[in-house]
Amino acid sequence: MMLSRVADSLYWMSRYLERAEHIARLMSVQYSALLDHEPIDNDPSWVRVLASLRASPQGSNQFAYRIGGSLPYRITGALTFAMNRPPSIANALFSARENARQVREQTSTEMWEQLNRLYLTLRSTSLESVWRTQSTDFYIDLINGLHQFHGITDSTMSNGEGWHFIQLGRYMERAQLIASLLAFHFGGVPGTVTKAADTPFEWYNLLKMCTAFEAYCKVYTADIRPNRVAEFLVFDPEFPRSIRFAVDMVQAELQKVAPESNVHRNGKAERIAGRLRAYLDYGQVEEIMTDSIQDHFADIQKQCAEIHDAVFETYIAYPVDAHIA
Amino acid sequence: MNDQSSDPEDGVGHPAGTAYAKYVLDNAYDEMFDGNGASRPHYRALQARLEALGPEEMTRRQQAVDRAFLHQGITFTVYGATDSTEQIFPTDCLPRILTATEWATIETGLKQRVEALNLFLKDIYNDGAILSDGVVPHDLIYSCRQYRREMRGVQVARDAYVSICGSDLVRTENGEFAVLEDNLRVPSGVSYMLTNREIIRRAFPTLYRGYNVRRIEDYCETLLATLRSLAPGYHSDPRIVLLTPGIFNSAYFEHTFLARRMGIELVEGRDLVVHNNTVYMRTTSGLRRVDVIYRRLDDDFIDPIVFRPDSTLGVSGLFNAFRAGNVAIANALGTGIADDKAVYAYVPRIIKYYLDADPILPNVETYLCREPEDFKYTLDNLEKLVVKAVGESGGYGMLVGPHATREEISAFRKRLVADPSNYIAQPTLALSRAPCFVEQQIEGRHVDLRPFILHGERTTIVPGGLTRVALKRGSLVVNSSQGGGSKDTWVLNE
Repeated sequence: MMLSRVADSLYWMSRYLERAEHIARLMSVQYSALLDHEPIDNDPSWVRVLASLRASPQGSNQFAYRIGGSLPYRITGALTFAMNRPPSIANALFSARENARQVREQTSTEMWEQLNRLYLTLRSTSLESVWRTQSTDFYIDLINGLHQFHGITDSTMSNGEGWHFIQLGRYMERAQLIASLLAFHFGGVPGTVTKAADTPFEWYNLLKMCTAFEAYCKVYTADIRPNRVAEFLVFDPEFPRSIRFAVDMVQAELQKVAPESNVHRNGKAERIAGRLRAYLDYGQVEEIMTDSIQDHFADIQKQCAEIHDAVFETYIAYPVDAHIA
Repeated sequence: MNDQSSDPEDGVGHPAGTAYAKYVLDNAYDEMFDGNGASRPHYRALQARLEALGPEEMTRRQQAVDRAFLHQGITFTVYGATDSTEQIFPTDCLPRILTATEWATIETGLKQRVEALNLFLKDIYNDGAILSDGVVPHDLIYSCRQYRREMRGVQVARDAYVSICGSDLVRTENGEFAVLEDNLRVPSGVSYMLTNREIIRRAFPTLYRGYNVRRIEDYCETLLATLRSLAPGYHSDPRIVLLTPGIFNSAYFEHTFLARRMGIELVEGRDLVVHNNTVYMRTTSGLRRVDVIYRRLDDDFIDPIVFRPDSTLGVSGLFNAFRAGNVAIANALGTGIADDKAVYAYVPRIIKYYLDADPILPNVETYLCREPEDFKYTLDNLEKLVVKAVGESGGYGMLVGPHATREEISAFRKRLVADPSNYIAQPTLALSRAPCFVEQQIEGRHVDLRPFILHGERTTIVPGGLTRVALKRGSLVVNSSQGGGSKDTWVLNE
């Protein structure tokens, strides 16, 4: 049993950290792609990335910076450093830290220190210094720091209910982010000229954005084909950044939160998660590789959102009447 | 704020030894030295140890103490316009030592005081006998902002209005302890008392072992037992929670500390709901009934329906649940009336009235500006007196006559004349001095003492308290917000 407010803060802390890591990985892949070709106006790779994060290149135009002026430069500023404008790494880390701060006594000191360190490092880094070198080192360090946070969490925090809410948040966020990323790579960006990815280089980058390239090669060899990429990132049961893996974890964690409550067992959240899991367990890539591929990803995201709402209604902001006999 | 530095030249002497070259002995009582500069018996072992360790080793240990506080994150929050920062509450590494005899007086005196104040609170919120007998004036009580009309006739568990009390004691020039003020609402500082002990005994293990110091480590257990004894009596395992205003409160560290040490839930107002006059907390497994609330929130913020409607920190309906006897709140509401600075002046008479005994611990002499004679005396002697606004605390809204400029005094006089009943005056006290380790030397600094009294089924005081230190040379202001620090306090066994 734990306070609903505390569970909520731990869950959101974890979602924001996953988001920060995801954006950092997208940025590092995009940065290394810049070495191979000069960005063009409405560069489709950037447009897909922005669309998947629900950010618009128009939006990032609003930032005025002293030097530079290219689209990737502006996007870097927006997605990495824009403190008050989600989606950005700075905003995600800030939000994660604020949530952690509210429940400091529920996490370990080591976790707080690591999170604080990451945040302060980001705050003391300037856009210019990252842009000047166009080096991925900054993003790699950040990703490593976030991995370290998860390691610290697993080895210093009791694996009790709070820990399970952290896991739940992490995999909920991951399932939605990956589904969104795949939607725009396989279906193009509606309302723009940006089509689905179609060069080997683009599929290679998509795998890199999910740290999936090496794992993919072990299963399919380095022969990269779109339907195999889709099969791997959607249906692989063992790769930690496949949608199926994330949903499996969500369903498993839902069984473990609120252990003292028997009224919620087999409640709404678990029902939706179970249904989504069955779809991913028994689905086949041929079923989704159709003209309506966008709809499949939209549906996965919708069901994730429903699970999230159900968790919120069941454990966090439930109506008081429901619990008074 | 007034610069309260006094010129070291005022001193009448120094103890022998180069380490004490800056140590001033004057008319203020000195905790370590008698009038001739000789060490008092219970400080001899400390003095010998200081000599044995030498300044370099002492510096090393003071640094170890500072580091320990920093690493444990024992901080308080200082608010700025855009950012708030966490600061360490500085701790001087030399313990302040009290003998068994000195402690016995403090202990019996405070127990007597808390007993009388609880009887007083019960009386004024029920029959008002002390008022109709003319011992305390009606209008003083009924015009006080801290008087809570809503508390009239409310049944309080064990009649314990004040369960947790922190009274500030000072030592006057003759070495006698006197009560400077009582804190009967949400006194804080106990976490510093406990962590000071943990850290200082680690820094000076040999000294500590040699001194036969009484233990204070069971404070949290005793607090928990006190809170448990207030629970409405319908089941044997009451749920006790600590209600905090949240992370932006300057004492938030203490709230988390106490909740963790007692093993109780730390809740905010939004974690609690009241249904059918019963208090519940929201957990992931549904609502759980709450029986006792140790609140660290002022009366005003407890319940927006009854008190301040603009506050979001409290819980709607909490007061009704309390009035219905379904939840105990410690301290009860409305206790602030008894630590009002004007009511303070009546405490000796309050003790006499209820207990038919003389106060064991005296008050500091106090002039009530609401009374014409006292008011005239105050106006005539502003440059000698400390004048305080009755509603203020934390060292704000006061005039320290001897250290104020002519302009400050005349500005204060205007405010005083405009609203005399809002002020009291006291003689400027020469707070006692205790040795502190400052820049590789031992210097005297003014100190007070805040013991913590727990009152439930029984009344208990852990032997010790928070010794607050005015770290600035010559300063008399010990508040943490104004450059104060603290010391570990050792009460000795016989």
